[in-house]
Amino acid sequence: MPCDPMIQISHISKAFRRYRRKYGRMAEWLGLGIHHEPVWVLKDLSFDVSPGQAVGIVGVNGAGKSTLLKIIAGTTRPTGGTVHTAGPVSAVLELGMGFHPEFTGRRNCHVSGQLHGFRAREMDALMPHIEEFAGIGDYFDQPVRTYSSGMQIRLAFALATARRPDILIVDEALSVGDVYFQHKSFDRIRQFKQAGTTLLFVSHDRSAIQSLCDRAVLLDEGTVVRDGDPESVMDYYNACIALGENTSVTVTPLASGKYQTVSGTGQAAVTRIELLNRRGKPAEHVGVGEPVTLRIQVTVQDHLETLVLGYAVKDRLGQVIYGTNTWHTGQVLHRPAKGRIYAFTICFAANLGPGSYSVVTALTDKDTHLTANYEWRDLALVFTVENMDKIQFTGCAWMEPVIEVSAL
Amino acid sequence: MTRRLAILTQVWARRDFIRSSVKREFAARWIRSQLGPVWLVIQPLATILIFTVIFVNIMRPGMPAHDSKFAYSIYLCAGVLTYNLFAEMLGRSVVIFVENANLLKKIYFPKLCLPVIVMISSLMNFAVTLVLFCGFLVIAGAFPGWVVLAILPVLAVLVMFTMGLGMMLACINVFYRDVQQMVQVGIQFWFWLTPIVYIPATLPPRVADLLHLNPLFPVIRACQDIFLEQAMPDWSTLAYPAGAGLGFAILGIAAFARLQGEIADAL
Repeated sequence: MPCDPMIQISHISKAFRRYRRKYGRMAEWLGLGIHHEPVWVLKDLSFDVSPGQAVGIVGVNGAGKSTLLKIIAGTTRPTGGTVHTAGPVSAVLELGMGFHPEFTGRRNCHVSGQLHGFRAREMDALMPHIEEFAGIGDYFDQPVRTYSSGMQIRLAFALATARRPDILIVDEALSVGDVYFQHKSFDRIRQFKQAGTTLLFVSHDRSAIQSLCDRAVLLDEGTVVRDGDPESVMDYYNACIALGENTSVTVTPLASGKYQTVSGTGQAAVTRIELLNRRGKPAEHVGVGEPVTLRIQVTVQDHLETLVLGYAVKDRLGQVIYGTNTWHTGQVLHRPAKGRIYAFTICFAANLGPGSYSVVTALTDKDTHLTANYEWRDLALVFTVENMDKIQFTGCAWMEPVIEVSAL
Repeated sequence: MTRRLAILTQVWARRDFIRSSVKREFAARWIRSQLGPVWLVIQPLATILIFTVIFVNIMRPGMPAHDSKFAYSIYLCAGVLTYNLFAEMLGRSVVIFVENANLLKKIYFPKLCLPVIVMISSLMNFAVTLVLFCGFLVIAGAFPGWVVLAILPVLAVLVMFTMGLGMMLACINVFYRDVQQMVQVGIQFWFWLTPIVYIPATLPPRVADLLHLNPLFPVIRACQDIFLEQAMPDWSTLAYPAGAGLGFAILGIAAFARLQGEIADAL
């Protein structure tokens, strides 16, 4: 690595103390033995973040994400281990920023900024930018108690990003804002990233993680379970969420450097998948708008009540472009025979922009994979779309235009 | 040692925060009130006036070795106003972490800022009171002159004692909120355990001896000496509260150093 890490997390652990008796803590102060049990939230966690990297932290509730961010932000101390940050940290943790409900947004911004070590004059200079970015209009000069939660987060985010920090920490908060504000804040985060800000981002929003981050860390029960490119980590995470009894998750490295995650009970499996071009030949490259056929063979390995095939086409960042399943199309297979192979032929026009795409398949009993997950196969197939005969365009969708130009 | 100094520079870097927080504290008291800052003057003025009216015109208790009809109300004011400073500082510093939970959980900043804010705003409050009190002394023809400056070292001792005690209790209060209730009750008891309303000479000798255990006694008496006797206090008597203050300050810092990790979690 060419330069020193921006954030160095080494062997962080964090335990909350649970006291059996009310006066246990007092007894401990007086030196009368140990009366608590440690509840470990983070266990010997280590990773480095290099400058300018954007890292998404994912995991189920209680995995330790917020605690980790709080430790990095400095509002909580680790029980063991050290965190070293090579620059000032600006954090948007949960709701609000310790705002005083009786005071106006403007005044709160002033005080919070000063709490971060800004001088009053600097805050005066930044105030118009904060007001403009928060975009809450007259509310900026109203007491914060009259704000909606969305407004509070707008103000908090505008304040935390008033000046580009070396390290920006955002904890789920943005999901409270409306779509317009989310776009606005993601844009700002992207700008900061380009300018060299290191980002730590907690979210349950897969597309936000995949579009913003170039690395994801999956936490489970206080340890790092996976650390890698966002798509592979999110695939694995997604598979783990559906994890039930008799479910296995396997991760196979692919030639492309990505990881294919296959999870499920294995009661049914995709045994063959191919994409056919307009001439009916298997193809890896297809043209924009070309009619193609996705042919999937499914082998049933067990007695099942119902079988549903779902598929989705994803772009290079792993964002779903289109997806549906045979539940929605009313083609559920009832009592498929054990040992039989079923063929699914899906015809569609590849109305996609040029680029690399992947297909994910899911074999389930209903419309989601959460009740029964026979098999979930990420990156089941990869193909590229090339613009061979269409006008020049950008974007991920082919929407053939008819343009008329006339002088008035 | 260098770490301690680093904390001081961090606090200094936030001087604007401290200044505006102090302002904000005063403003918060007057928000939605019509008279605003006038209340800052009315309250101590009322205390002084009531004591004067009642004890000069109605009850007229005598002070041994003093002829002035104002003697007792000066004695009373010197004690009560100083005790009020103690009560305000202690009462507010004990809840310092609990009341600022919102900030402590969300933003990293040197915690030392918080007691500094309490100290400054209490002292500013007291400064207004002191000016009013001096005005009253001038009118009563009993202004002690330059001796009044002796109040500064006395206040320094009181502040160290109170803040040290307050910080220590504030740490415990995070985990056992009974502390803040106990402090409120304690402040009332302590008031009567200190010769503020009564004169130590009126106590039976055995009880009077016990007074010397009370670290506030020398502080309050120093104030009474300055304002009533118009004399320098007996500095040697302040050694005990100063020592106790230093002890509490060290205990307070130690308690905070040991518990600060848990404090943020428990809030």
